[in-house]
Amino acid sequence: MAMDSGAPQRSFTLGMLLYDTRYRSYTIQIFALILLMLGAAWLVDNTIRNLAALGKDFSFDFLWSTSGYDISQRPIEYDSTYTHGRAAIVGLLNTLILAVMACATATVIGVIAGVLRLSKNWIVAKLMTIYVETFRNVPVLIWIIVVSAVMSESMPAPRDFRGDTPAASMVFDAVAITNRGVYVPGPLFDNSLGSFNFLGVQPSLDIIAVIAVIALSIWANVLLLRHAAKVQNATGIRPKTWWKSILILLAPITILLFALGFHLDYPELRGFNFQGGIQMRNSLLAMWLGLSIYTGAFIAEIVRAGILAINKGQTEAAFALGVQPSKTMRLVILPQALRVIVPPLISQYLNITKNTSLGLAVGYMDLRSTLGGITINQTGRELEGMMLMMLIYLVVSLAISTAMNIYNNRVRLKER
Amino acid sequence: MSDTHAQTVPFVRDTMLPEAEPPASEMGATKWVRENLFNGWVSAILTLLSIAAVAFLVYELFPWFANSVWNANSLTECREILDGATGACWAVIRVNWLQLIFGFYPPELYWRPILAFVLLLVAVAPVLFPAAPKNLLYFSAVYPFIGVWLLWGGPIWGVLVAAMGFVIGYLVLRLLSAFGALIQTGGAVIAALIWWIFFAGMVIDTLSTALPIGIEAVPSREFGGFMISIVIGVSGIALSLPLGILLALGRQSNMPLIKGVSVVFIEFIRGVPLITLLFTASLLLNYFLPPGTNFDLILRVIIMVTLFATAYMAEVIRGGLAALPRGQYEGADALGLDYWKAQRLIIMPQALKISIPGIVNTFIGLFKDTTLVVFIGLLDPIGRASAIRATSDWQGIYWELFIFIGAIFWVFCFSMSRYSMYLERRLQTDHR
Repeated sequence: MAMDSGAPQRSFTLGMLLYDTRYRSYTIQIFALILLMLGAAWLVDNTIRNLAALGKDFSFDFLWSTSGYDISQRPIEYDSTYTHGRAAIVGLLNTLILAVMACATATVIGVIAGVLRLSKNWIVAKLMTIYVETFRNVPVLIWIIVVSAVMSESMPAPRDFRGDTPAASMVFDAVAITNRGVYVPGPLFDNSLGSFNFLGVQPSLDIIAVIAVIALSIWANVLLLRHAAKVQNATGIRPKTWWKSILILLAPITILLFALGFHLDYPELRGFNFQGGIQMRNSLLAMWLGLSIYTGAFIAEIVRAGILAINKGQTEAAFALGVQPSKTMRLVILPQALRVIVPPLISQYLNITKNTSLGLAVGYMDLRSTLGGITINQTGRELEGMMLMMLIYLVVSLAISTAMNIYNNRVRLKER
Repeated sequence: MSDTHAQTVPFVRDTMLPEAEPPASEMGATKWVRENLFNGWVSAILTLLSIAAVAFLVYELFPWFANSVWNANSLTECREILDGATGACWAVIRVNWLQLIFGFYPPELYWRPILAFVLLLVAVAPVLFPAAPKNLLYFSAVYPFIGVWLLWGGPIWGVLVAAMGFVIGYLVLRLLSAFGALIQTGGAVIAALIWWIFFAGMVIDTLSTALPIGIEAVPSREFGGFMISIVIGVSGIALSLPLGILLALGRQSNMPLIKGVSVVFIEFIRGVPLITLLFTASLLLNYFLPPGTNFDLILRVIIMVTLFATAYMAEVIRGGLAALPRGQYEGADALGLDYWKAQRLIIMPQALKISIPGIVNTFIGLFKDTTLVVFIGLLDPIGRASAIRATSDWQGIYWELFIFIGAIFWVFCFSMSRYSMYLERRLQTDHR
């Protein structure tokens, strides 16, 4: 007699679609799919009917028509005779410039505040606690508007810098803080290499040369340090590298700057306003400072949590091995703390990038104000403009989070 | 030899010396100052810098606060009273504070938002504090309808008929109890939707004409100030938590379609700024809805803010779910609990507890983000402040207004973060 060891075989019944966990998920998914498709069809149908009722079509042609509006801050050549598409690119560049600037300063502020909040110094720790709690519990929009109001209403006008006993004076004779923005010295090259045309943009060859030389020097320095580490591993004696490092890092750039005839272009009061140098408009400053101090408070908490997350035993073990305190921080604590700090830090960078869209409040011409603002109002293409803008923001965000995932995978604890 | 010992040792102390005072530098305030303020030269420099900074701030700000002007009708009047001295002009708050709080809500009806706010406190008490009587939870369930009716007014039938939808759903749920959870929930949802979509409008019209019971209606455009922030914030908070839980479960689901939809939704919402979603609500929603539909702007904003917070909430809760040891899921399966029972009794209580800080952070973020509605023309506190600054009376004033608005936001957000700490301590079950 053969033993039947398996479960009793039951023939398939319709009821099993609802009650049997093996089939139920298919029922639910098919049902959800139908609902989803119905919903999508409903939305698309409504959109088509609404567009038809308004007599509009769905096209992105407006991107190639003349924009007819000016943008105050333009990193690439632009005026009102260029196209809406070009205006959108200028806006995107402004968004990215602001995001990078704010990320950098927020990180510096946040790391300093986070470390100081852990300090044993009572008054410093308390002050940092006050900073963090004040700034993160008040909406960023208020900070941005306050900075903007302070800049445009309490700073001296350019005419106050005039005369023998002016009411206001420049900081170090180089930086002029006025109610029209801050003027800082800009770089000038006497023997300029000129610029070239790249997809309608004219990047300056001088700047590219400077960046390339700096990058090459840093790369050469990394090679030197690697070589030193190799020698140390082989012989136990680390060759002296500090003077070589200084030479490699500083000599090429100095020679290049000298060859290009580099000097600073100081802002000067001419007529009713300052000329020369680089003008940082109030809108940029308000956004930059507002986002930096606000996000800095969040980053401070992230840094503090990261350092606190490292077991005290790690420090003690390093000391027991005879590692110096400074090296303990650099070789033992920091690499581990960074693993905790970096993911939330990047998500703060994401927040900064998204919060740049608040530029609207102070008239900063970012992507939202160009493509999602004036262009939409002028062409009446809300649907296309908003979709394109959301897509661009989405791509930027996904690019940042992809970078974060790559980093996370690299530093993840390798567990068996 | 032993007897000579006493002579060789002339004196043996047989009592303890009284304890000496520690050195002056190692006790009391001196010790505290040395350890906490001047512990090394870096610390000393930092201390001196901090004291200098605080002293500078006090020196600069004290006259400003001390010379505050409370009674004036314009900034020029304030400046005349101050007569050249620096001083805050709080009169701007004194003159405008009702507008900052209620917007253009009719002044004779101020009692309604105030009552709604007080009742809100009563309704959230049983949710927040275990000491509150549990029966109040019934009131919490009814509160949304009372709150909406008090704020917007109009005939009482609107909210009653909306509430009827839930009652009908519940009745269908009970009726279908023989058929298993899936059909039950599906049937209840469909019944409620049918009621709201096909019958509600008709019933409301009939009842309103037959029995016009109600209070004066206040249109949404008269809402403003902190009232609007609180309305949007509270609705968003109340809706985003349950929806976020569902979305997090969707993302953890084994069903590829459900998981895919959840992932796309979450990543899309988290990838775009809230402001673009708000503009979608104000500009594009008319494209997506049947021609001729036009519904309330505040409602649209609440929907968008909720969707936005839901995506973040889902990620926070997913973190909590991922932090639970695998054994908890297996244990629930071993007990023979079905999916929803396992979630309700085993998984969620633990996962939510882990994610409390993140959840409350999302709430705080949501409440702060309500300020963005100023961009689509709602007169929230910042919108009101800009309007006040644009009048000829108060042109050029900003610190006083923004300190007032910022302080109120600060109080709300700071209390939320303190509450989350209290909740974490209360729910702490491990022994550390």
